Amino acid sequence: MKVRPNNYIAVEFMSRSANEGFARTAVAAFAAQLDPTLDELGDIRTAVSEAVTNAIVHAYPDSLGKISLRASVFDGNVLEIVVRDWGRGIENVEKAREPLYTTGGEDRSGMGFTIMESFMDSLCVRSRLGKGTVVTMKRRIAQRAGRK
Amino acid sequence: MEVRTSANDRALTVTLRGELDHHAARETVTALERALDAALPRKLILDFGGVTFMDSSGIAVVMRAFRRMTALGGSLELCNVPPQAGRVFDAAGIFSRIPTGRT
Repeated sequence: MKVRPNNYIAVEFMSRSANEGFARTAVAAFAAQLDPTLDELGDIRTAVSEAVTNAIVHAYPDSLGKISLRASVFDGNVLEIVVRDWGRGIENVEKAREPLYTTGGEDRSGMGFTIMESFMDSLCVRSRLGKGTVVTMKRRIAQRAGRK
Repeated sequence: MEVRTSANDRALTVTLRGELDHHAARETVTALERALDAALPRKLILDFGGVTFMDSSGIAVVMRAFRRMTALGGSLELCNVPPQAGRVFDAAGIFSRIPTGRT
């Protein structure tokens, strides 16, 4: 049975690099209700930026396409972020997740998935060639003493 | 992304200001390489003090600068790295290869 979120936002945008800043800022603004620390907020912004950049660079290398972004809050102060595209898909997800692996040439570091993995509590990547990719990340925001 | 350069005595300081993501990376690299070609410095200092956000695109920019400086027989140093960018560099293990002014 699917657990319903306590709150969510969903946005859809074109795979233009100008939207990278919008995407991470939108999620950060939504995540503010969980009262994160600056470090936590920075980690979330970074992870979203990596996932969205991957979709822009790799899912639609020679075209513009649709990217959807959904952020949800679940019981226990858990933030879930889902970035989905309908692009060309990843041939070998396991290989793509290896540090320093990239098909993006000198402009890319190959560290995107490594950073998503180390900044979030969990990372799930599902992809089908020619169909698209869904990246799901979760991060629990610690509830601190003296805060609601 | 705003890129400012100042050169003195074969040391080139490049000051970055703004958000260093994939969207900003290409213009940053172009400006950086132009400054390197003009100055051919012995030492490059990348000042991150004004960087308000950085993701792995910044790692690619730094690695590129590192390779260029190695080819020139010079060195690269990062300074004033803010905490958010520092966490990204840490995750990539960059500080083990490139010195920073960080204590």
